[in-house]
Amino acid sequence: MFRFTARRVLLMIPTFIGASAIIFFAGFALPGDPVSAFGGERELSDSTRAVLEERYRLDQPLLNQYVGYMSDLVLDFDLGESVLRRRPVNDIFWEAFPNTARLALLAVAIEIVIGLAAGVLAALRKGRFIDQLVLVSTTLVVAIPVFVLGFASQVLLGVKLGWFPIAGLNEGFKSYLLPAFVLAALSLAYVARLTRTSLVETMRQDYVRTAQAKGLRPSRVIGRHGLRNALIPVVTYIGIDLAFLMGGAIVTETVFNIPGVGFALVRAIGTRDNAIVVGFTLAAVIMFLLISLIIDLLYAVLDPRIRYE
Amino acid sequence: MSDAGHERPLVEPEVERAEAIAGARAGGNVETLERAASLWGDAWRELRKRWIFWIAAGLISLFTLMAIVPQVFVAPSPATHDPRDCGLRAEDGTFQDRLRPSSEHWFGTDLQGCDYYARVIYGARVSIVIGVGVTALAGLIGLTLGGIAGFYGGWFDQLISRFVDVLFAIPFLVAAILFLNVIATAGNRNIGHVLLVLGVFGWPTLSRLFRASVIQAKAEDYVEAARAVGASNRRILVRHIFPNAIAPAIVYATIAIGGVIAVEATLSFLGVGLTLPAISWGLMINTAQTRIITDPHLLLFPGIFLSLTVLGFLLLGDAVRDALDPRLR
Amino acid sequence: MSTRGSVTELAPRPEIGEMLLEVENLAVEFRTDAGVVKAVNRNSFNLKAGETMAIIGESGSGKSVTAQAIMGIVPSPPGVVTADAIRYRGQDLEELSERRRRRVRGGDIAMIFQDPLTSLNPVYSVGFQIGEMFRVHRGMSRKEAKERSIELMERVRIPEARRRVGDYPHQFSGGMRQRVMVAMALSLEPTILIADEPTTALDVTVQAQIMEILKDLQRDNNMGLILITHDLGVVASVADSVMLMYAGSVMEKAPADDFYANPAHPYAHGLMKSVPRLIDQLDRLDAIKGAPPSLLNVPPGCPFNPRCEYAQDRCREEIPLLRDIPGYVGQVACHFAEEVRNGRT
Repeated sequence: MFRFTARRVLLMIPTFIGASAIIFFAGFALPGDPVSAFGGERELSDSTRAVLEERYRLDQPLLNQYVGYMSDLVLDFDLGESVLRRRPVNDIFWEAFPNTARLALLAVAIEIVIGLAAGVLAALRKGRFIDQLVLVSTTLVVAIPVFVLGFASQVLLGVKLGWFPIAGLNEGFKSYLLPAFVLAALSLAYVARLTRTSLVETMRQDYVRTAQAKGLRPSRVIGRHGLRNALIPVVTYIGIDLAFLMGGAIVTETVFNIPGVGFALVRAIGTRDNAIVVGFTLAAVIMFLLISLIIDLLYAVLDPRIRYE
Repeated sequence: MSDAGHERPLVEPEVERAEAIAGARAGGNVETLERAASLWGDAWRELRKRWIFWIAAGLISLFTLMAIVPQVFVAPSPATHDPRDCGLRAEDGTFQDRLRPSSEHWFGTDLQGCDYYARVIYGARVSIVIGVGVTALAGLIGLTLGGIAGFYGGWFDQLISRFVDVLFAIPFLVAAILFLNVIATAGNRNIGHVLLVLGVFGWPTLSRLFRASVIQAKAEDYVEAARAVGASNRRILVRHIFPNAIAPAIVYATIAIGGVIAVEATLSFLGVGLTLPAISWGLMINTAQTRIITDPHLLLFPGIFLSLTVLGFLLLGDAVRDALDPRLR
Repeated sequence: MSTRGSVTELAPRPEIGEMLLEVENLAVEFRTDAGVVKAVNRNSFNLKAGETMAIIGESGSGKSVTAQAIMGIVPSPPGVVTADAIRYRGQDLEELSERRRRRVRGGDIAMIFQDPLTSLNPVYSVGFQIGEMFRVHRGMSRKEAKERSIELMERVRIPEARRRVGDYPHQFSGGMRQRVMVAMALSLEPTILIADEPTTALDVTVQAQIMEILKDLQRDNNMGLILITHDLGVVASVADSVMLMYAGSVMEKAPADDFYANPAHPYAHGLMKSVPRLIDQLDRLDAIKGAPPSLLNVPPGCPFNPRCEYAQDRCREEIPLLRDIPGYVGQVACHFAEEVRNGRT
């Protein structure tokens, strides 16, 4: 088990280096001169410019900048400083992250509750009405792009029916509801389908037949023997989904005006704020890698066959 | 799978016979070798039986036609047939913008006074072109790399897999936005840029998928049987592995077209994809953002068209998957 | 909490020769989109305590479905089970409520399957799966169940049982896994054990070991054993009686010795001939021509007629029923059994 973990962690390192290099060079290859933005309307004097460039390492070759940046990141967890906003990226990040996290967790909770229930029902009543209903509705939900769904729900549920606040975070917890539902919609559809397929497949297995032959109650056969196996891929999927969501749900945050990581990231790309662009993206990458690692370990816990490879 | 497409029609007839016998011994019956051929023949028959297929085919044909010959669809409309012929004022001086749907303007008009129906129809072109183009590009790169990696293994496989890991770790949307901004500033962006960026970031998933199928196919008995009678690597790849491993990739690619269309619309909506004067459903919704509550038709029509197009490809993918699944037959 | 295993509470251990199972006119159909599949047609047989009956047939002959029907685990939307009676020690199982039938399943009549790797749940330890029988059927605590599981594992001769009780199925070899299945099936000391191709997935030497374990355990409890297989050799030394099935119908029923010495049905004879013996010097194997029919399209009349060298018009029109014939202890379903037999001997 330890070797399994160690191997996975070691593989993560080159992946992270590669991804960070690509992101870094892309970010700093963005056209635009951040230093001039610093001065706003006025032209900067040469000495001011020199000082600024040295401070932000902009006078050094790109590779050195990269190395410097990475060592700050790894050794001090420092994501650098935003030239534009004159604040450490870390601060900006920790302001935005809690909103994203709340949204992500709420969305995942919705996804689990509704998605699993729908999937299990559809599998157990395969071919019947509820199954068809689940299949049709999930297909439709997946087909509608998130931003269309977002706007449509804003208009329908937010304005016309007035059930939910439509944007911003002004109403506390309630503000998160509609965006969380919209965010969850797509993943919920996948979870429901995956659960259905997985459970149908599992119930066909020989060991389920054995469980029946042992005279076990149907609830035990389905619950203990069926679901325990069927949910393994579903849990994995939900975990990965969480990993992606934690990196910032760009579209949903934009449509609903939630000041989270995704929202800030899109704005930063627009304003050429390289430090934020690179910093936030790397944060998302790190979270993704970490959560993927945890998911892999979880998979090994859930499926003993993996453990002994 | 006839040999009609083969360069040398009489290729290795001895090997063919030997393979059939060896395959029969390995797989249990003579049909093992023709498994690949019958899979596709049967799949087509299965496909035709499903009504989902026909709905999907209908939708896709509709939108593809719309993309190729938008003029045909616009022709019956009483309003102007040119989506760019916009004007805030009509000849009689009345304001033309944000009109509700009417018999004059079937879908109403937008903020600029353009006939929305014409714009929505013309919007199909961008979506279909980008959807199919990106998937084709990603497919080409992904299948080639994934196939070689899966079949030959070794250091090449390691290299490609690590590269795929790296690309995979970067969030797709973020990468797309970032690189679109890198290669072209707003206003300079065209379909080519979008095609390139999405294609370059889209191939990893497909390559992983195909690599896994190839590895699985490689381990099948009929491949070993073919090897035992002297079939060359190339022959094994083309004749045995490819037809069997390609199935999941085809299903994924079909669904991916729908996904790419959605992504393009999303990027345009965020303002980082295509920009004016391009005509894209996502862009239309972006432009109309602020007015969606007062003029919902501005969201409704492109939204519906967009969703239906994506739906068509999703349904097709589902139908193809069901048709290719031997267990469901 | 009373012992919940027996259908007849606190029923005594069966005496040798006591009638355990009476199946009368069992039929199983599957309603599918492609048509009605007649998996089992009018099957009748008995089983006595201490007796070993072998059900022999090719794939698709209906032998496994017969067993599943007795157990009551035929998947029910497509499958429809009808029978005049399926009596276990006098009690018609079809008349029981599903709850009571579940107690019989596993507790009185147990079943083991062909592939122990796929038939055991991969995510639970073998101790858990064996112990489940005790915990669910007998209400035992986990500790107690674990102890009993270890005892059982030792009884089926799994070495180092105590250390391995927490191991997972994939950590055992094929033969050991099948022993785990046997242990699991025998945990509640059932009166009947149905073994569906128990040795097909195993090596030859391991096959013999498993059969030996089954025989020992049968002797200890006067257990009735129904052995389902397509392998004539495995059955020869073990079975008391034989039932031969083809395309869902019974072709022949006879005591094992008589069957092996000189079977009556042309199909049986063809099977015997096709098994080569070491001392034979053959140029070709003597297989029966043709292949078993698809169960969607069973030939009219005798299902075997297309492949039978003795087939007459009557065979193609009229379904032969099982009947006695002179000079033979068993029963045969063939219109011309006497003539075939006389012509041969």
